[in-house]
Amino acid sequence: MELSEYFSQLFSDYTLRTITLGTAILGAICGMLGSFAVLRKQSLLGDAISHAALPGIAIGFLIREYQIDPLEKVSVLGRVFNKIVTVIQWVLDLFGGGTNTLLIGALISGVLGTFLIRGIINRTHLKTDTALGLVLSLFFGFGILLLTFIQKQPNANQAGLDKYLFGQAATLVESDVILMASVTGVCLVILLLFWKEFKILLFDADYTKTLGFNTRFIDILITFFIVLAIVLGLQTVGVVLMSAMLLAPAAAARQWTNKLSVMIVLAAIFGAFSGVFGTAISASQNNLSTGPVIVLVTGVFVAFSFIFSPGRGILFKQIRVYKNRRDLKLQKTLQFMFDIAKMHNDISHPHAIKILNNFQGYTRGTLKELEEKEWVAVQGQKWSMTEKGYDAAANLYNTN
Amino acid sequence: MQKIAIRVDDLTVAYNYKPVLWDIDLEVPESVLMAIVGPNGAGKSTLIKSILGIIEPIAGSVSIYGKPYDKQRKLVAYVPQKGSVDWDFPTTALDVVMMGTYGRLGWIKRPRSKEKKASLEALEKVGMLPFKGRQISKLSGGQQQRVFLARALVQNASIYFMDEPFQGVDATTEIAIINILKELRKAGKTVIVVHHDLQTVPEYFDWVTFLNVKKIATGPVKDIFNDDNLTKTYGINYKVAVNK
Repeated sequence: MELSEYFSQLFSDYTLRTITLGTAILGAICGMLGSFAVLRKQSLLGDAISHAALPGIAIGFLIREYQIDPLEKVSVLGRVFNKIVTVIQWVLDLFGGGTNTLLIGALISGVLGTFLIRGIINRTHLKTDTALGLVLSLFFGFGILLLTFIQKQPNANQAGLDKYLFGQAATLVESDVILMASVTGVCLVILLLFWKEFKILLFDADYTKTLGFNTRFIDILITFFIVLAIVLGLQTVGVVLMSAMLLAPAAAARQWTNKLSVMIVLAAIFGAFSGVFGTAISASQNNLSTGPVIVLVTGVFVAFSFIFSPGRGILFKQIRVYKNRRDLKLQKTLQFMFDIAKMHNDISHPHAIKILNNFQGYTRGTLKELEEKEWVAVQGQKWSMTEKGYDAAANLYNTN
Repeated sequence: MQKIAIRVDDLTVAYNYKPVLWDIDLEVPESVLMAIVGPNGAGKSTLIKSILGIIEPIAGSVSIYGKPYDKQRKLVAYVPQKGSVDWDFPTTALDVVMMGTYGRLGWIKRPRSKEKKASLEALEKVGMLPFKGRQISKLSGGQQQRVFLARALVQNASIYFMDEPFQGVDATTEIAIINILKELRKAGKTVIVVHHDLQTVPEYFDWVTFLNVKKIATGPVKDIFNDDNLTKTYGINYKVAVNK
């Protein structure tokens, strides 16, 4: 299918519509929550959580396909796990999510990984990055182990398990999208309700505490929604690249604004577009894994923003620096000429252009520019200062 | 006899094994401008943070005007160290000052025109009104410190805790800040400042606490700011020109 064909069928084809809506919503919620992660300098938390979700997916799969519970042998743990699955299933049904054991498994092990990271940071001397790295690789390793175990099973219907590594948007069905939309809706309401609290916690957590706010509650609320967004995105983007979905739109959005609210809205928009374009490209090119394609699209947003945003972009910054240096050179040349002109009673007394060559900032270009500004008059090989130029030079640094 | 604004009993704080603060008893009367001085690692910031409940102490209690701190939060304002936040955060000077009103507003309620007016007044008091709309990363170090001070002022508290407000600010800002602090004391407020520059203690403050893990001394500057206490606190034979 061609890309143009994809977009022309978007409104008529039910499956395409579902998939596109799903990735758009996913991109939006990831961009929104990713802004929080980026501003809290917790960019890698998302990476750790998504990798930590993999063993949960595998266990969920084992339970669904074979009624095997690998945790059953550790009987208490197994029973607790099953209880949690039942409760979450009930909540999922409430949101129209339908039965999705894999998702529940992902959620549980994602939350578990998050708690483990916090525990390591709080109870040991290890730094955040070490804790993140540890949990990420240990959980991911365990997940891969389980995946290979599943592959060895006879009659294994593993179709669709590998999609959790790199994502496959084509497998999204209506109930997935409804679930995504419900979670995004709830998240949006909470965000608007606790806007002030989120904002102050992001900026200055200690101060927030002294004002009497329960910072742990706000913190857990943010983290929980980040975990939820990641789990929802696993099927589409995959474990490995999920964190880019959180970070890239936020990083791009930060370039365009100095206002938190605008940044979050922009991040959501960038995320949504990345999701849609990524899915479109992936679906039109023989169902490439969606994760890498979406991530590359977000990369385009980031690159564009880093270069072309007016305030913080490299391009305009460089132009400003260049222009500034040129102005300064011009002013310094003018001052040099001013010092020479000053020595004569008649300021417009002509001098040889040659003497300017001793001055480092001088070029033919600057002289021409000075002439255009009518600060200097040039005749043959001589220059002279005008009245206007004399005044300008005399007042050069009095303006500051 | 002056009222006691802050009372700390048996406060002990440890991060890992070694105590950072050991058995601190402290009484600060109302309406003083007090410096906390001591060498690096003496626990000056930790003392403030544990009084404010940011760090949980191993033992000890804090009361504000005779009641537990938890019930008196609205009477207390805090100016953290400037370096403790990311100044590249996407927000403006006015927005940061408005955060000072959040405590009184409580959960969910948004600041309205009343809060905005108070914040603008606080900005004016610290001479930052012209910069109200400016992104905070585009402020100088001294201006950022003034914004932090304004944020505390808008809390309209009775007690102010400040963690090294003079760190990395120029002379003009330092004088502007100390004048505001002196005004606060005149208005009956109590101001506690973690301070590094011993030379300026007699000029700026009327009350001082010497701290080095243990409390060495606390009292009026004119009575206890002497070589004896400085030596006890800093461990070396510290001679400072004290203008009494």
